[in-house]
Amino acid sequence: MSGAPAVSTTGLTKRFRGGQLAVDDLDLVVPRGSVYGFLGPNGSGKTTTIRMLLGLVFPTRGSHQLLGIPMPHGSAQVLPKVGSLVEGPAFYPQLSGPANLARIDAADRTADPGTARERITTSLERVGLLAAKKKHYRAYSLGMKQRLAIAASLLQPRELIILDEPTNGLDPQGTREVRGLIREIATEGVTVLVSSHLLAEVEQICSHVGVMRTGRLVFQGPLDELRARGSARIEVHTTEVERAAEIFGKLGLADIQTSEGEVSAQLADQLPERICRELVYADIPVAGLGTARPNLEELFVGLTGEGFDVDG
Amino acid sequence: MSTAEITATPDSRPVAPAIVRRSPVLSWLRLLGSELRLIFRRLRNLALLSVLVVLPLLLGIALWVAAPHHGDGGGGPDASFIDQLAGNGVFLSFIALTIMMTLVLPLVVAVVSGDSIAGEAGYGTLRYLLTVPAGRARLLSVKYTAVMIFGFVSCLLVSGVSLIVGVALFPVGPVTLLSGTTVSLADGLLRLLFVTLYVTAAMAALGAIGLAISTLTEHAIGAIAAIMILAVASEVADNVPQFAVVHPFLPTHWWLSFDSLLRSPIATGDLVHGLLSFGVYVVIFGAIAWARFTTANVTS
Repeated sequence: MSGAPAVSTTGLTKRFRGGQLAVDDLDLVVPRGSVYGFLGPNGSGKTTTIRMLLGLVFPTRGSHQLLGIPMPHGSAQVLPKVGSLVEGPAFYPQLSGPANLARIDAADRTADPGTARERITTSLERVGLLAAKKKHYRAYSLGMKQRLAIAASLLQPRELIILDEPTNGLDPQGTREVRGLIREIATEGVTVLVSSHLLAEVEQICSHVGVMRTGRLVFQGPLDELRARGSARIEVHTTEVERAAEIFGKLGLADIQTSEGEVSAQLADQLPERICRELVYADIPVAGLGTARPNLEELFVGLTGEGFDVDG
Repeated sequence: MSTAEITATPDSRPVAPAIVRRSPVLSWLRLLGSELRLIFRRLRNLALLSVLVVLPLLLGIALWVAAPHHGDGGGGPDASFIDQLAGNGVFLSFIALTIMMTLVLPLVVAVVSGDSIAGEAGYGTLRYLLTVPAGRARLLSVKYTAVMIFGFVSCLLVSGVSLIVGVALFPVGPVTLLSGTTVSLADGLLRLLFVTLYVTAAMAALGAIGLAISTLTEHAIGAIAAIMILAVASEVADNVPQFAVVHPFLPTHWWLSFDSLLRSPIATGDLVHGLLSFGVYVVIFGAIAWARFTTANVTS
């Protein structure tokens, strides 16, 4: 069983009653011990996927396993080993932090009531909320609410932690804290699935990423693989754009793009100095020549589409 | 699986936390305890309970002021509750239960049962309870048990407070029943206990309807309103003679049948019909709540 991935889905699909296809034929694989960044713009189906993983929403088609155990059938067996934060924190406003955690703990069949107080204190301490233990939840700041939700996911020893947008609404300081916490959880060997609509927020902590776009997985794999995807481009500044593009074509460069005073193409395995020589031999005035590799953010935007294109 | 290259070495994996199977009964009781703490400490619910204390008190005082004083009352056969009260303070409990049953007790039960699932959904806490996992059927059974306990406490409060007020303001002694027979005070109090339990059963039926409605929405206030409208509509329909055919099937029809307990011999026919009706409502709406809640997509 320990050989099974922490999360695996096969053709997972969710069509809501309105006919809207929220998640389309998803094959997710989250390797054990990884920190998996689950990325995509708002509305791309990340939260619906996470709700299906946890058995809150039932898939229209497809199946999935957590820690090798089929869901939702095995939820009583596997969910105690899974901590989660789904679509923002939610607690009883009239209760304090410890009372809220005690409520969650009381619902857990596998929790030992004898150690509840101790476990609650420990997890509040881990997220830095112990000092505010008398405060009612309704008086919490957004960052404190988020941290309390993470504390709830740490009440029991876990093998997998699923965090949906854990940095949503946090200030840079809070974001850093959460990132540090995730890193710490991961070094204990716990698999972490963390969703975000911002690559930059999770880039530093992820070993793997999956990228969603309008319900479909458009990339999945180690982060390095995504990086490697960004092949370098050559950019030439010249007044003779048309003729330069012609030379690029002759040299077999792909994806040639021209604009006012600039022509660019994918470099592939060609050497820039050779391209430069060809241009000069053809008597094209080269005002500038350089190569550029797209950064992760650009690759990410390339995969997910720019701006507000939530199709469907 | 090429994606597994960065997988951590097996050594650094956490030791699989052994899932300890605890006694299902004890863990169920622990969740029930948490649920009861939640509803009995909620200010809104405490305000409702205090209404159940204050109203019988006011009722007792009002009837004491209006009553023909100093024991010249007392009833012959078929005298009403109010006439009986002047002769015996125990009757204040029956009067209070009858009056509270038409609106206030159903309202209390509607609030707690309507809030049971819809309230958790509205807060968003439902998704966290379910991912614990609390277990959907298990959570539902705890919720319903808590609603029944709250209903029982409400009924007990009404009969208890009005008994104390009645004893304080009116004469107490052997109880003359509605049929004219006189029974001992102990017998009268035992009958009061049975009446309270009967009313609790009626409220448990309404609670089951409320629980089912509560699984349909994430707006507690909508669920509460729907339950109240249902209860009031049923009471209205029960008073329209043209609907006589459906009367026995209305959820509120048998609510006041407890007055058979105040006759001698006790007319068990209506009581049995009433309890049967409550039982059927609990089973049907319990099943609806279960069917809905165990298959619903939780998107709140």
